[in-house]
Amino acid sequence: MPKAKDKKTVTITPSSPPPAALNKAESGEEVSRRSFFSWLSIGWVAFIAATGGYFTMMLRFFFPNVLFEPVQTFRAGFPDDYTKGQVDLRWKEKFGVWMIRNDEGLYALSTVCTHLGCTPNWQPTAKKFKCPCHGSGFRMTGIHFEGPAPRPLERFKITLADDGEIIVDKNQKYQQEKGQWTDPEAFLKV
Amino acid sequence: MSDKKSLLDKFSVGQVWTSIFRGGGVPKSRRQRMMVVLNSVFLHLHPVRLPKHAVKLKFTWCMGGLSFFIFLILTISGILLMFYYRPTIEYAYTDMIDLSEQVPFGIMREIHRWGAHAMVITVWLHMFRVFMTGSYKPPREFNWAIGVILLVLTLLLSFTGYLLPWDQLAIWAIAVGSNMAGATPFLGAEGPGSALLAIGDINFISKVSDARFGLIGGRFLGEATLLRFYVLHCIGLPFIIMIFMAVHFWRIRKDGGISTPV
Repeated sequence: MPKAKDKKTVTITPSSPPPAALNKAESGEEVSRRSFFSWLSIGWVAFIAATGGYFTMMLRFFFPNVLFEPVQTFRAGFPDDYTKGQVDLRWKEKFGVWMIRNDEGLYALSTVCTHLGCTPNWQPTAKKFKCPCHGSGFRMTGIHFEGPAPRPLERFKITLADDGEIIVDKNQKYQQEKGQWTDPEAFLKV
Repeated sequence: MSDKKSLLDKFSVGQVWTSIFRGGGVPKSRRQRMMVVLNSVFLHLHPVRLPKHAVKLKFTWCMGGLSFFIFLILTISGILLMFYYRPTIEYAYTDMIDLSEQVPFGIMREIHRWGAHAMVITVWLHMFRVFMTGSYKPPREFNWAIGVILLVLTLLLSFTGYLLPWDQLAIWAIAVGSNMAGATPFLGAEGPGSALLAIGDINFISKVSDARFGLIGGRFLGEATLLRFYVLHCIGLPFIIMIFMAVHFWRIRKDGGISTPV
């Protein structure tokens, strides 16, 4: 099959003086089938790697390094600012937290109802949190006792700063039904 | 026919006509009419020839066509809404109120909203019809798969559009939806198996790197979420759905046109 063999190499025999680009073929540096395919596969691998890399970049692009979100940690004054046996409403509007002090210490209770996320009201005479949406009721501890709420209110991480001020961190929540209220940072002993 | 030519005939051999409509001339034969369809970028997606009994309203319910028609309405009304709506926490809700109460033709917002509801219904009924008539069977099984993707995209468009009014309904709906994303197996921080994707103490899937975070652009619903959903709703998803719709319509023709009653 001489014809097929001829096809392997590209030889150009110009009648007139050849252009510079074609000189390669004459000097024996023609592209062989083998090297053509190896270059082709290198090209494909590079193309796939670049595409895959770009898709990885696209995915990572959706996870920003800096978040412009409201701060979730706040300084809540000193333990003596809070009266024993009272629900303190001063951080309710701004941070969604009730500060409650009992005989042993302080805890920070979330104001988000565990039923559908409304904000219950503290009723001092009945000594309970009552949700206006569907009537869920919670004790001062946060334990649910009436209405559709399926679990107690959540508590937030509460610690003391070096200067003795309280720091509440809403990034860390503690759920009673998971047994997390016994965690030392769920309750500030005073 | 005498040598008296109609105005259309005269115009249709001129350069303007022949440059716009390839082939030239008013189509006279069946073949010429077919070529008109095949030579138009818009018409060529559509079958050249339809069997009469296949376009009976009783058989097709026209639900596919209606879905596309509603999609066009939604595109147009949506673009109009974009002229007034600003996707920021400060303005989103008031702009929405402004659109329905102060901007001329406040019904534009309702058209978009009701259109969105209607499209979900028509897409669903279209799917139901295709299923009940067995039109998903070979050679149309691939187009059924494309249709399922189109249904998902329609629902995602509804989901992303849901947040944009930035009212209580919107926020809580997306709160529920994004919490579901957080419960995705392996990819959600609260989902099963997410703890497995870790090397030593380093968790790859945490509250700041899981599916929920990627969806809402932060740890909580906020400015980033609104912007993210806005871009997806106005650009990202319509772009994707149009590609799939083009394939869907084109495949109807390639798979032998609308299926016929048995």
